[in-house]
Amino acid sequence: MSEIVELEIPARIEFVALARLVVTSAASTQPTFTDDRIDDLRLAVSEACTNAIEAHTVAGSDDRVLIRCDLAEDRIEVAVTDRGGGFDPEEVTAAPAAEAADRLEFESGLGIPLMRVLVDETEFRASAAGTVVRLVVVRPVRPGEDA
Amino acid sequence: MLSVVELRRDGWWVVVASGELDVASAPDLRRAVVSAVADGARQVVIDLTGVDFIDSFGLGVVIGAVKRVRAHEGRLAVVVADGPVRRAFELTGLDRVLELRAGVDEVVAGPA
Repeated sequence: MSEIVELEIPARIEFVALARLVVTSAASTQPTFTDDRIDDLRLAVSEACTNAIEAHTVAGSDDRVLIRCDLAEDRIEVAVTDRGGGFDPEEVTAAPAAEAADRLEFESGLGIPLMRVLVDETEFRASAAGTVVRLVVVRPVRPGEDA
Repeated sequence: MLSVVELRRDGWWVVVASGELDVASAPDLRRAVVSAVADGARQVVIDLTGVDFIDSFGLGVVIGAVKRVRAHEGRLAVVVADGPVRRAFELTGLDRVLELRAGVDEVVAGPA
């Protein structure tokens, strides 16, 4: 059984903190997830919302950004939907590896790589209508653990 | 919300940030560092001990601050507590290229 929490925010960066707060509070209703995992989800969702808002700004859209949380005991899925122009995550210039001499030349490009390492599943579904970013954390099953 | 306070200590400029350092608030930290460097700061500590959240924009401002101080042949250290902020620096590999410390005291009292 899962429960759904939905939030729509104006496409302004001042509302990203509200999205984080709602998702963190909603995720905290699932006691099976540790604070560390919820912190990771919080940052990933924040990055997705920031990108969504930027997409709206670029597209000149007044629509709101939709954040949908699907909460279950063993899985939390957050979908961030924008109505911007859509983007290809593969075309985003990522920051170089830490060892690269020019690492400090890159002050942006950290958002999408961060999302990918923070959560267990990421999906970027782009269309002409906008982009859906899906972020999933799952609870690992440990051998011998009580259900 | 983010608050930014600037202190002077033993020749160091300490920029203390508290709260959430994200896309909306990161410009406040950038302004503080830019202003300190313009006023002659060459030994700078950014104290993020009181920051409980940092996003990619916050990390970007820290990178920009390091570059700005180094361009003036200065030194910048970043103080972070264990937890999600340190984890963000580690996940992006920035812990290996920045001077990350656990407390302001060890920076200010250490060798120049």
